[in-house]
Order: sequence, then structure tokens, then C-alpha cells
Amino acid sequence: MEVTTAASRRPVPVIMKQGGLVPWLYLLPALIVMATFIVYPAVNTFVLSFQNANGTASASQTCVPNQPCWGIFENYRYALTSPIMRLAFFNNLIWILLMVSWTVILGLLIATLADRVRYESLAKAIIFLPMAISFVGAGVIWRFVYDFRPGETQIGLLNAFITALGFPPVSWLTTPQVNTIALIAVGTWIWTGFCMTILAAALKSVPVDIIEAGRVDGANEWQVFWSITIPTILPTIIVVITTMTINVLKIFDIVYVMTGGNFGTEVIANRLYQEMYSRFNTGRAAAIAVVLIGLIIPVMIINIRRFRSQEEAR
Amino acid sequence: MNLDRLRRWLGNLPIHLILIIVCLVWLLPTLGLLVTSFRPYQDVTQSGWWTVFSPPEGSREYSQYCADCHGADGKAIETADLTNPDLVRKYRRSFNLIALLKQDINGQPHMGDKPIPSEEEAAQIITYLRDLSGIAPSKTFTVDNYIDALVGYRGTSTYRNDCAQGTQPTDLTCVWWQDLTNPRGIGAAFLNSLAVTIPATILPILIAAFAAYAFAWTHFPGRLELFALLVGLQVVPLQMTLIPVSRLYAQLGLNGTFLGIWLFHTGFGLPYAIYLMRNFLGSLPRELFESAYIDGASNWTAFWRLAIPLAIPAIASLGIFQFLWVWNDLLVALVFLGGQQPVLTYQVANMVTSLGAGWHLLTAAAFISMALPLVVFFAFQRYFVRGLLAGAVKG
Repeated sequence: MEVTTAASRRPVPVIMKQGGLVPWLYLLPALIVMATFIVYPAVNTFVLSFQNANGTASASQTCVPNQPCWGIFENYRYALTSPIMRLAFFNNLIWILLMVSWTVILGLLIATLADRVRYESLAKAIIFLPMAISFVGAGVIWRFVYDFRPGETQIGLLNAFITALGFPPVSWLTTPQVNTIALIAVGTWIWTGFCMTILAAALKSVPVDIIEAGRVDGANEWQVFWSITIPTILPTIIVVITTMTINVLKIFDIVYVMTGGNFGTEVIANRLYQEMYSRFNTGRAAAIAVVLIGLIIPVMIINIRRFRSQEEAR
Repeated sequence: MNLDRLRRWLGNLPIHLILIIVCLVWLLPTLGLLVTSFRPYQDVTQSGWWTVFSPPEGSREYSQYCADCHGADGKAIETADLTNPDLVRKYRRSFNLIALLKQDINGQPHMGDKPIPSEEEAAQIITYLRDLSGIAPSKTFTVDNYIDALVGYRGTSTYRNDCAQGTQPTDLTCVWWQDLTNPRGIGAAFLNSLAVTIPATILPILIAAFAAYAFAWTHFPGRLELFALLVGLQVVPLQMTLIPVSRLYAQLGLNGTFLGIWLFHTGFGLPYAIYLMRNFLGSLPRELFESAYIDGASNWTAFWRLAIPLAIPAIASLGIFQFLWVWNDLLVALVFLGGQQPVLTYQVANMVTSLGAGWHLLTAAAFISMALPLVVFFAFQRYFVRGLLAGAVKG
């Protein structure tokens, strides 16, 4: 987000000022495409969220007599107070709390440990590998791990493991509460590589002489880590946390492929898709989209601010 | 000296242990998918994939009861060669075999001082003998799953079996190059994914390069403000733009067309692409461009001859990002292409819901869908990581 670079701070040479129209010709394709596919839809979604299922009348027309009604905000009543949406908000909150902490802690752990071994790049490549796999592919991989057959030979890795230990097999994807955790584990498997890469780069940039100074003063590795390394890379950790929070808020594919949002695993983005393409209610879907961006923007602002101050500090 | 090294090695042991365990946990699920995709469909639901390296069925019982006299390879007694299919065929059921084992041979009990195997054990021995004699060889690995997935075979056997027996599977012709284009198959979906991904990767990078050049090396009023505005569009989540664009496409007849999905991915990839390209082009040495302009180069020449060749590293990073993003995307493909031109992610997601437990096909299909991204990822990992670090805020 750093707008002023070295080039723009210096005076512009005369030769670049020629042809007042030329820059606009270079910009035109980008401006047209972005106006059509980002600006117009964003504004239109906002408008649609105040209208009925097919955008032909105001949302207040959809109110049912003798039922609570928010008038023109009727779609928002659904998006904010309906039981299924409340479940989606709750699940998204669980997702954020668990997945962000797991990915960041695991990513930091692996980045720190891999820094000390000779097979660093191999270990990192293995952890990073799921980033190249689609959510759909990951969904298939993990549905197979979670496979459940009552009373038979278990072909799913996880149930085979726990039955070998003497426990009864668990239907991981249909048992409420357990299934959300199972899905979050898949998300963690995918995204830990991302956190690890960013944090590893930050760890490498911690000045060696500060760490050496700490060691000379008699601090052990643990103390060096907590009182030198962590405070130094804290800005990066916060960027990773906020970026992951945004990613988790938009989580869709994992849930869609693995449970379809059934058995109590509903999340906001899946609800939006279901409203739009299963129940064909654009008004409600648009309202959910607006709520979603309302949740994302504050996190995004923190992220951009942090990123900026980090760039300036460099 | 040596003691010192040993002590350091022991001190690092927990680090190695944790790392190796974590790496194993990360690899095992994918390994399971890969192994399963090569197993015969009969085996997939019978036993876990981790059993593939255990000895074949019945071999334990065989070595317990028979191997002492008949030999480990079954050929030790010439008059009772167990690799002879004609001999083995006489004992199809366990009671046939047990009856034989109870008979005396040359006045001596068949089994000598060994006990007669139980019915279950006898059945296991028969399975092993059928494998040994080549009547029903047990295959550990097969590529049939991949063939079946590619052509979209949905029968109860395999495509090659059905075609060899002359029973034509539904929808299929048994002419391989015709069947590869079966719209229900993964082969056709692979081609569709390529048709979506290649233009949807090139287009945004090209358009972004033009815009980035204008932002970096030309002057016009409101340059910085416009740049900040365009880059700021990264905050708009994809979900928010789907509804109006699909309504717009419905009016223009672009739903279900490649053009529609190319344009959508282009629009959505642009803010990040412009941001990254602008920062890269802006960091190039100013003298290069100045001397080019003084030599009489137009903006057009400077763009194609100077900016683009120098921006190859940035283009590589962006290209890999956009390629992986588009190839792996499900949501946009689901909304704008749906079942009309099914791409890989769509087809695999569809198989998950319609096949349920057809793991042999599902694992093969999923692996086909992952193969190209994995190759691209390992070949260009350096650029991928660089792009990731350059713009950790893509949203």
C-alpha cells in the first residue's frame, strides 16, 4: 500500500509530461474492467440488499403480517437474526478463534525449528505443499481421512487409528461440534504453510547481533525467543493474524465440499451461496454479502495500517 | 570432541522429532490419496490404504500349513505343482480342499503331524493358491482408476474390462479418443480448466502491466490518488460481486461461457496485479527510461522493449499466483460456468456429492486435478514465495 516510492518523490522529467492522453490509454482497459467487475457490482449488491428475492420491489414488501419486520431492512433482519445465520456467525467465530491461533502458532513453531536444521527447505516445502492444492482436492483428501463405517474395517486413517487404540469409531463429519473442529483442522492443514513462509522471512530479518548480545548476557534460547525474537517480529505476526482472519471470514470451499453446511457446520459465505443459488433469493444473499464486507473492512484497515508502518520502518 | 558433537546432536533431537512428526502428519493424508488412487476398486473398500505393503491375502496361512512340503513357491513337489492352474481349479471351495487334506497320501496323512486348517484358513489358502497359479492374480496397483475417471466411467467394473468383454458402458463408445471428450469425464474437465486458466492468467497480467506502466513512468493529474483507489479495491470480497455480475451476464448471455469467466477473473485479479507490477516497475532504475526517451523511444517502445522484459520476475510471481488461484477456484466456476463447461474443481466437487463412497474414482480424479498445480508449484516455488512476501495483504 506504499504509494510514494523513490521514483515519485523526485521531480518528473519534462519528457514524461508529453502526451496528456497517452497515460489514460494505458489505463483504460484496467479502468473499464475494474469498474464493471468490482465497483458496479459492489454498489449494486448494496442496492439489491434492500430489495426482494428477485430485485423487483422493496424488501419491505416481503414482510409477513404479525411477524417481526424491519421494513426496508427486512433482508438484514434475516442476515443478522435468523437462527441459521446466528449459527453461521457462531461457527465463523469458532473458525477464527481456532484456525487463526493454530495456523499462527504452528507456522511460528515450524519456522523457528526449521531454521535450525539442514533439511529446512524440504520441511518447509512439505508444510507449504497444501497451498498448491485446491480446497476441493483438500476436501477429498480429508474426507478420506475422516471416512467412517459403523462396525466394519475402517478405511479412514483417523478411525483406523482410534479403533486400533481401542476406542469406538467416530463419524467425524456428521457429529455436531466435532465436525466443525474437523473442518478447521483441514483449514489449518492448508494455511499453516502461508503463515510459516511469512513468519520465516520475518525471523530471518531479525538482526543476528541483537540475538548474540542477548546470549552473551546469559539469556537461554527460550528467553531469547520470548524477549527478543517475538517482540521484533510482532508487527509481522499481527499482519499474519489479520490476513488469516479475513481469509477465515470468507471460508467457503472447505465447508461446501465436505459437509455442504449440513450437520451444524454452516458458515457465512456458504449461506450466501445457498441463498443465491439454491433458494434464488438475491435480496437475502446481497444482505449477507454486505454484512460480510462489514465484518471484513475493520480487519482490513488494521492490516493496511500495520503493513504501512512496517514498510516505512524498513 | 566427539562427545561434544554427540551432546549437540542429542540437544537437537527434540527439534528433529517435532519437525519429522509434523511433516509426516502433513504428508500422510496426501499419500493416502495417492496410494488409494492406484489400488484396484475391489480392494479400496476392503482394507485401509496403509495395508498395501503387507503380504498378499492367505500367504500367512500358506506358509504356516503348506510351505514346508510344497515350498515357498509351490513347486517343490513335482506331482503336486501348486502353480498349475488345472490342479488349483479343482479346489474352488474350502470343503474341497479340506477333504483332500484329510485323505491319506501313500498311506501317510496328507498333513503329516500338522493340524488340518480350519474352514476360514482353508479359504485363505485357496485365495493365495489362485493368486500363485495365475487364475486370479491379486494386483496391488492398477491405473484403471485413472482411466475410468478420465473417461467418466460409471459402471460396476472397469472401463477396460467392459470394453474387452464387448459390453459397452453407458454413454461410452470404447474408442478411447472419443471417450476422452465425454463431458462427464475428468479428461474433458481438464481441458476446460486449461481453457479457463490460461487466458484468465495472461489477460489480467497484460492489462495490469499497461496500467502499472502508466502509474510508474507517465505523469498525469491525480496519478497517486487513482492508484490508491484502484489498489484499495482489494478490500471488496469476491462474494459481494457475484450476484450483480451473474445478473448482468444473464442479460448479456455470458453465463456459462468462457469469455464471462475470463473477464471476471481478470477484474478480480487486477487490483493486486497492478499493485505488485507498479511497485516493481517503479523500482527499476530511472536512468534506463530517461535515456530511452532521449534516444527517441515512444511510450509504446519503452513499454514493450524495456518495462516488460525487465519485469519478468514480477510477471512470473503474478502468473503463478493467478494460475493457482484460477485453477483451484470452485466458487467462480460454480456460479459462472456450472455444469455447462464443467472444470476440474466443479467435476470433483460433483463426484463427492453424487458418488459418496466411490473412493477409487474420487481419489484418481482429485489427483488429476492436483497434478498440474503441484508441478507448477514445485517448478516455480521461488517466485511463488517471493510474490507471497511482496503482497501479504491480498484479499
